[in-house]
Amino acid sequence: MDENASAANGLLNRRGLLTLGSAAGASALLTPVLGHASSVAQARGDEPWRSGSGTPPSAYGAEPAIAALKRERVSGHPFGPAAGSSSTPLQLLNGTLTPNGLHFERHHSGIPAIDAERHRLTVHGLVQRPLRFSLDALHRYPHSTRLLFLECSGNSYQNMAPEPPDLTAGELHGLVSCAEWTGVPLATLLDEAGVDPAARWIVAEGADASGTNRSVPLSIARDDAMIALYQNGEPLRAAQGYPMRLLVPGCEGNISIKWLRSLKLTEAPAQTREETSKYTDLKPDGTARQFSLRMEVKSVITAPSGTMTLPAPGVYEISGLAWSGAGSIRSVEVSADGGKTWAEAALQSEPGPLRPVRFRIPWRWRGQRAVLQSRAIDSAGHVQPNREQAFAGQAQQAFYHFNAIQSWGVDEAGRVTNVYA
Amino acid sequence: MLALCLASLSQAESGLDLSLDLKPKLGQPAVAGYESAVMPDGRGLPAGAGTVTEGRAVFARECAACHGADGTLAGNALVGGLGTLATSAPVRTVGSYWPYATTLFDYIARAMPYGNEKSLTRDQVYAVVAYVLHLNGIIDADARLDADQLPAVRMPNRDGFEVAPAFAPITEPTDTNE
Repeated sequence: MDENASAANGLLNRRGLLTLGSAAGASALLTPVLGHASSVAQARGDEPWRSGSGTPPSAYGAEPAIAALKRERVSGHPFGPAAGSSSTPLQLLNGTLTPNGLHFERHHSGIPAIDAERHRLTVHGLVQRPLRFSLDALHRYPHSTRLLFLECSGNSYQNMAPEPPDLTAGELHGLVSCAEWTGVPLATLLDEAGVDPAARWIVAEGADASGTNRSVPLSIARDDAMIALYQNGEPLRAAQGYPMRLLVPGCEGNISIKWLRSLKLTEAPAQTREETSKYTDLKPDGTARQFSLRMEVKSVITAPSGTMTLPAPGVYEISGLAWSGAGSIRSVEVSADGGKTWAEAALQSEPGPLRPVRFRIPWRWRGQRAVLQSRAIDSAGHVQPNREQAFAGQAQQAFYHFNAIQSWGVDEAGRVTNVYA
Repeated sequence: MLALCLASLSQAESGLDLSLDLKPKLGQPAVAGYESAVMPDGRGLPAGAGTVTEGRAVFARECAACHGADGTLAGNALVGGLGTLATSAPVRTVGSYWPYATTLFDYIARAMPYGNEKSLTRDQVYAVVAYVLHLNGIIDADARLDADQLPAVRMPNRDGFEVAPAFAPITEPTDTNE
């Protein structure tokens, strides 16, 4: 066993990457410097971008440097593509933030073109003073900023299929994204309207064609939700709810209503279509759970991950994302032998409530078969379940809230594929 | 003189906001009678009425292309599935799964017909709701629905749901970057 081993089948101490000099890797990274070329002209020929002016600064940097940096999965309803979703290509990103153009989307009747000047948010129902707010008015309130994950409750559903689909990390799990959200705390507007003590729920409604509406428990929303106006520093994009959206941290994305136009305080839920016929969890006995709003603890290894190929034996950094709707990520464990032995990964971003973290651990691949897994544990003590545990209590055609451990199989040729283990 | 000064000072102070509440109060009065949702007890339902017969015609024109003439088009079915929820092939439709009839009005009025949303009159929505409920065998062919009748319709799966237990907020210390 490797002296730096932290678990079986090649996992190394998580500080290993800092101390294990990789001779081959180090020399390959060196690029020729000017002095090594036989002439200045030859250097220019090899690296033509080193001469002649580049393009001027842009009004808005629109294009990613890598043409392949785009969504691989954009799906629409068979009766109309406007009711569809698109996923974040998790395996092409690193760190924790999702670029705004790659945040996952799920729309029920497309992205509306809203005139922000005419848009109003109305707070009504069980309040002393029914009020409406313009975007300009909201801009004048004290804002707060939080780094949060946002996940569709249908994320990862494809892994509920009987056979593992041969897909990438983003295709399988990319209905989760991470952003720094800025906006007005919901409590500020509720206090101004004066909430009746009898109110227990808030029915939020969007201004898009579908008018998607969901009932949110006041106990969750009052002190934690915000009216988000900015995402990663820029005003919300149309696809994410411009001019304003509800953001309920840690809960299924469907209740963070985009294009928010109405918040109605009520004693009971409205029993909308989205919280009855959809977004409910059917059980084997034919009854269903309703308002299972918090997203469960989950993690996924993004590198190496599905459809990739390891080019040669050597030391690789296993890296991925972990998040939980029940609190902070306390730790992430990684296995290279299908869950027989585990090693604790390093968390390289600061954990916080409902905040995604990036985990990393070095792994030595000598050409052996391996099954890579990650298992997140949150501050509430929840441990990410294996497949059998995750399926317990779910009907055969259940769909939402699937948080089973992801397994990536690695074969002798270095091919990485989705496997069930 | 001293008393007068104190009195005026106190008056001035009373006009100051000493609560250190820096939030502006910029909400404007909402539009009178503003409504956004239909509740299971019928609150929020508008005036109007519609019959199964009227709904059949509206459905054929506005809904059948995506749901089938009798609401059974596979993948988009509104009808059928009774008794399947506890099987290995559950079929969730209005008839087999939806717990409240009021949800139909709320959803059709806001989100249907797909691509031409909010184009039906209130009477037409009541009529389509009546027709879909009739297709599921829940109301009779001669039924007429309005704001009083619709909440009284009892759906077959009315008791099929349990509310997930905990709505507790996260209790650990909040973020430092807030």
